[in-house]
Amino acid sequence: MAEKTSNKSVLFNPFSKDNPVVVQILGICSVLAVTAKLEPAIVMGLSVIAVLAFSNVIISLLRNTIPTNIRIIVQLVVVAGLVVIVSQLLQAYAYDVSKQLSVFIGLIITNCILMGRLEAFAMGNRPWPSFLDGVGNGIGYTVILVIVGFFRELLGSGTLLGHQVVPQCFYEAGYVNNGLMILPPMALVVVACIIWVQRSVNKDLQEK
Amino acid sequence: MNKQGNTYTIIYIIVMVLVVGAALAFTAMSLRSRQQANADADKMRQILASVLVTPESGDVIDTYESTVTRSFIVDVQGQEVGGDAFAVNMAEQSKKPALQRLLPVYECRVDGGEVKYVLPVYGAGLWGPIWGYVSLDADGTTIYGAYFAHQGETPGLGAEIEKTAFSSQFEGKHIFKDGRFLPVAVVKAGQKPSGDEDYVDGISGGTITSKGVSSMLADCLAPYEAYLSTLRQ
Repeated sequence: MAEKTSNKSVLFNPFSKDNPVVVQILGICSVLAVTAKLEPAIVMGLSVIAVLAFSNVIISLLRNTIPTNIRIIVQLVVVAGLVVIVSQLLQAYAYDVSKQLSVFIGLIITNCILMGRLEAFAMGNRPWPSFLDGVGNGIGYTVILVIVGFFRELLGSGTLLGHQVVPQCFYEAGYVNNGLMILPPMALVVVACIIWVQRSVNKDLQEK
Repeated sequence: MNKQGNTYTIIYIIVMVLVVGAALAFTAMSLRSRQQANADADKMRQILASVLVTPESGDVIDTYESTVTRSFIVDVQGQEVGGDAFAVNMAEQSKKPALQRLLPVYECRVDGGEVKYVLPVYGAGLWGPIWGYVSLDADGTTIYGAYFAHQGETPGLGAEIEKTAFSSQFEGKHIFKDGRFLPVAVVKAGQKPSGDEDYVDGISGGTITSKGVSSMLADCLAPYEAYLSTLRQ
């Protein structure tokens, strides 16, 4: 498989044509949970990129030694170990963000994107393509998180990264922040809009 | 060696668990002091929030040191006992009977002027612990400010207790009436408590969390009665 697909497509396909969130519909749970503000969305995205890239490399290095009957357990242990390390690092260097993300960092372990990539790609490919695949899919996930977080924070709180961007005169003229954007259902609607736009652009993704 | 055999599988899993365990232990050990410093700074921020001081995240420790002039522990008789008030674990203390609790007090001077006393509170919400800090004026009766936090209350409902819209309601309320201890009650909006205590509006849709705040205040402030009485005189 590594011979057939070039490293470039391994890295760049997940951005759009093979996006883990809006095409494969994986990892939706955390998209709903962490995107009420832009900052936790970005940190969550970076954490997933790091965990996905390194777990892909580790599994890829071990792929010929892992006994088939316990391969899922091995993958889980590697992912869980990396997630705990990321969570500890956040608590030490980005305490406020780690408080906001609370349980969702731990829940990276159960993010379907990770298990999906480990099982589908890292178990059958060499470390370098696996690393690129991890980074690519992580960025694909992050892009969606950032887009959703951008719209939810802008429309829901009138801020971006905590800075007020909707000018005060708008509020004086009667503009009100949309409180519904803060709640999880609107994340689903925003994701649906992204899927809609993406499938209108890429006609070959449309189901017959 | 047969890679699908049981022996290989068992050895593989043992080695893997040891390696991962060692890596995690090393990470936790090497980051512990930084994490503790962050947790301490966060606690300082919460204490300051209860006296309505909200410094930028970089200035928390400096502001804390200039605002909190003294911290000490009292017992239920109101006598000062030795020990580090800041290190008292409120989760452990709130499980003990009131007579045996260590009661931390943080004495603050806001803007170098009036003395305020900050008392920590700790209780249970709907999904997990809730806690906070209540600051009293020098008379030990009037609430100057309050700060509440929670671990995992429902966003938009119970989690609203951490907003200033909720905690600012407590400002100016009294926890003593005619010399009797009567904690501030949290009641449904539009209702009144059965007694004549001061009250604030609870969160609609967050009834259990609101009740949790109410009983947390009653439970954690009551042991301070003897100490606060000495302040009034």
